[in-house]
Amino acid sequence: MKEPVAVELAKKQREVSVAEFFERNRHLLGFDNKRKALLTVVKEAVDNSLDACEEARILPEIKIELVDMGNDRFRVIVEDNGPGIVKAQIPNIFARLLYGSKFHSMKQARGQQGIGISAACLYAQLTTGRPARIVSRIAPNEPSHYYELHINTQNNEPEIMKEEERVWKKEHGTRVEMDIEASYLKGDQSVDMYLKETAIVNPHCTLVYTNPKAEQLIFPRATDKLPKEPIEIKPHPYGVELGIMLKMVRATEKRTLQAFLTNEFSRVGPETAKEICANSGLTPDVKPESMELAHVEKLMEGIKKTKIIAPSTDCIVPISEELLEKGLKKEVSAEFYTAVTRSPEVYKGIPFVIEVALAYGGDQSGDQSVRLLRFANRVPLLYQQSACACSKAVMQTNWKPYGMQQSGGGLPSGPLTVAVHLASVWPPFTSEAKEAIAHYPEILKEMKLALQECGRRLGIYVNKKRRVGLERDRVNLFERYIPEVADSLAELSGENKKLIEQQLSTMLAKNKEFIIQNTATVQEREESDDDIKITGSAERDEE
Amino acid sequence: MSDAKKKLEDLGKRIVTELKKGTQPKIDVPVRALSNVSYNEKTKTLQLGNKISERFFFNVSHVRKFAQSIEIAKISRQLIALGKHENLRGVFYMAKRTLPGTNTNLVDEQTESDKAIEDLELVTDLSREQLNMNANKNGSVAGQVIIEDKGDTIDWSKMGSGGWSIPSNVEGISFKKISAKYVVYMEKASIWERLHEDKFWEKHNCIIMSSQGQTTRGIRRLLQRLSKEHKLPVYVLCDWDAYGFYIYSVLKFGSINLAHISESMALPDAKYLGITANDVEKYGLKKHLIKMKDIDIARLKQISEYDWFKNNKRWQQEFKAMKTAGAKAEIQALSARGITFISETYLPEKIKNKDWID
Repeated sequence: MKEPVAVELAKKQREVSVAEFFERNRHLLGFDNKRKALLTVVKEAVDNSLDACEEARILPEIKIELVDMGNDRFRVIVEDNGPGIVKAQIPNIFARLLYGSKFHSMKQARGQQGIGISAACLYAQLTTGRPARIVSRIAPNEPSHYYELHINTQNNEPEIMKEEERVWKKEHGTRVEMDIEASYLKGDQSVDMYLKETAIVNPHCTLVYTNPKAEQLIFPRATDKLPKEPIEIKPHPYGVELGIMLKMVRATEKRTLQAFLTNEFSRVGPETAKEICANSGLTPDVKPESMELAHVEKLMEGIKKTKIIAPSTDCIVPISEELLEKGLKKEVSAEFYTAVTRSPEVYKGIPFVIEVALAYGGDQSGDQSVRLLRFANRVPLLYQQSACACSKAVMQTNWKPYGMQQSGGGLPSGPLTVAVHLASVWPPFTSEAKEAIAHYPEILKEMKLALQECGRRLGIYVNKKRRVGLERDRVNLFERYIPEVADSLAELSGENKKLIEQQLSTMLAKNKEFIIQNTATVQEREESDDDIKITGSAERDEE
Repeated sequence: MSDAKKKLEDLGKRIVTELKKGTQPKIDVPVRALSNVSYNEKTKTLQLGNKISERFFFNVSHVRKFAQSIEIAKISRQLIALGKHENLRGVFYMAKRTLPGTNTNLVDEQTESDKAIEDLELVTDLSREQLNMNANKNGSVAGQVIIEDKGDTIDWSKMGSGGWSIPSNVEGISFKKISAKYVVYMEKASIWERLHEDKFWEKHNCIIMSSQGQTTRGIRRLLQRLSKEHKLPVYVLCDWDAYGFYIYSVLKFGSINLAHISESMALPDAKYLGITANDVEKYGLKKHLIKMKDIDIARLKQISEYDWFKNNKRWQQEFKAMKTAGAKAEIQALSARGITFISETYLPEKIKNKDWID
């Protein structure tokens, strides 16, 4: 007798290692193509460096170097002055996927899942076979450790190819070196652009960048003030989904449901905990570990029914209006800048802050769409612009009153750069590659309010500029025609041309105010050509 | 001649004198628009009213036109002083130049200089010809007529296949011998060629004349002279549409744009020969009707409301018929009945039966 199909199928069913999974799905992590891969590797390394420096309260100074090794291979070197990594953790951090400190914390940071830098190492390994090379030192009196690492894609474990102590002149910090398959192009989605935008939203950091053409660009810091340290918060009940709640219930050491609720969540005191229990039909002294799925579902229902105050928002550190404007000023040459930081708001129990800055005029081209810069937790988002809530918010804002052109709900056009920043303990992205912010209504609303506020300030400036320009144009207009008219009048009347010119100029100078103010209203009285056009449209008596 | 030159110089002197007194430079230009045109029942012509628009130099929206007007006056004075003529295109190029330090040209298109010339005619009360500016020659004529132009004797019946080209200024022409009995004027050169090839003018002892589209001043003046000085009836042949009606209207009553010279151009006795609504019926042209567009309908409405058509029952009837049909027809529709149908049947029948609209 034949075996049931399921038995046959079962022979092929086995565990897929995480590393193996990502090896096949590299696009999810930002390694879709060679150009993007280069950006992603740099980005992961720089993000990590910035996070580490800020956590250690060190003003970041990061060196980035790209070396073209020919044949579509590039060496990426990122070196920071951060706190360094203790010896034992180096292999795990760089050669083990989903290993990190940030996944379990509710705290604003650039990285989230602990995939980034290890995925970069994996990509290097897959495309060039070369191991990632790490040097790190945690203090001047400690040795520097050098590692060459591979990832075992079967079991997601680091493979140490080489390890030794090395002489390194840095007192503390980390240096990563990887060889990857990549391609280098300048432009909107380039490493150059990413670093420039990073400099805008991180005015406290200094970046020294050497591109593959061996040109060195320095983005100096604009402030010595480190951003305030974000505070870690416990999750808010509204922001927890069923799966996570189940995990939390299993993992807690608390003996009663009430204790669990008051200790593991923010904004839940004994009273609120009791109310949640009542609304869930559960007793406050039930043991969390004994709760089944059905109970947890009840608990979720109970939380929904209970009014709980919004989470505290001091865990979020916005860039601030002043510094965002400074950052924009140093990287975008324009004539008018403004920035707005909104008050914190909450989506799904997760606090967030929206900031918007505008740079108008200067060298920016006026006949194209405005340049939109998107940021989440101080990280530039360079891909998937059209899928991002930032774009939607900009498009849904009416820019015409602010002096920009805009057709059919698209991006406005004008000499303008718009920067939108979302700071949150958990920025909602549309995918693991963290390229676009998801369209939560609360987030969209805040973005639009911030854009409008900036827009109003822009409108005041643009309109004033236009008015002044118009007045100047008017005076210029007459000045241009004066010699022509004087010439013709001189010939007709036999008078001296210079004399007529002089008299016209004097009249213009004397009556400047009058001319400028009056012309606008007099305009209407000009004989109506339209009338002729309509009534005599076929009439072109002579050509 | 020196009269024209003096008038132009006076214009300049007036402005400069006022300027010295501290009055801002200004030219008064009569308004050339329907709002300033009235129909004179007595002369049966359009007349320009008294509405004046003041054109100031120190006004953002006037300055350009002001400069253009003065420039044209200067050019005209130069031409008169030299005793030379220039045509409209030439004048345009004489005026066209870029203002120093700008991207702006004093005139960009010929319509601008043409308008400035028309304005200057009104301001100085001089005709274009008196300003020594001419239009291009345009249109053709053939028929049993002998004229003299600049000392040359010209026989309109011996001008080959192209006919005689009508100059823009026909004042200097004298008529030596006219055997023709009437004039057929048509808006379409292609119809003129048809009639010329069929020797229509020879067979019927008449004059055939055409231009391209709107009738030029030279042609209008020539028609008026034939009508006034030699009492020749003028029959107008147009498309059956609002534009055709307007061509007839301009010939007969004068134009809105040139209402100031209606008297020397209008043909109060001109008759509209066709095409008419009856023709469409009688000659079976229904198959060749063209549906009117919104703009055609709007234009028809405008024309039907003109003072000089408002109380004309026959014309109102015609407008109504067209509106009801919701369609228009080209003269060429007649060729559906045979290439020579127009010269052999249609025109002779119409003229014989006096089947026209006055």
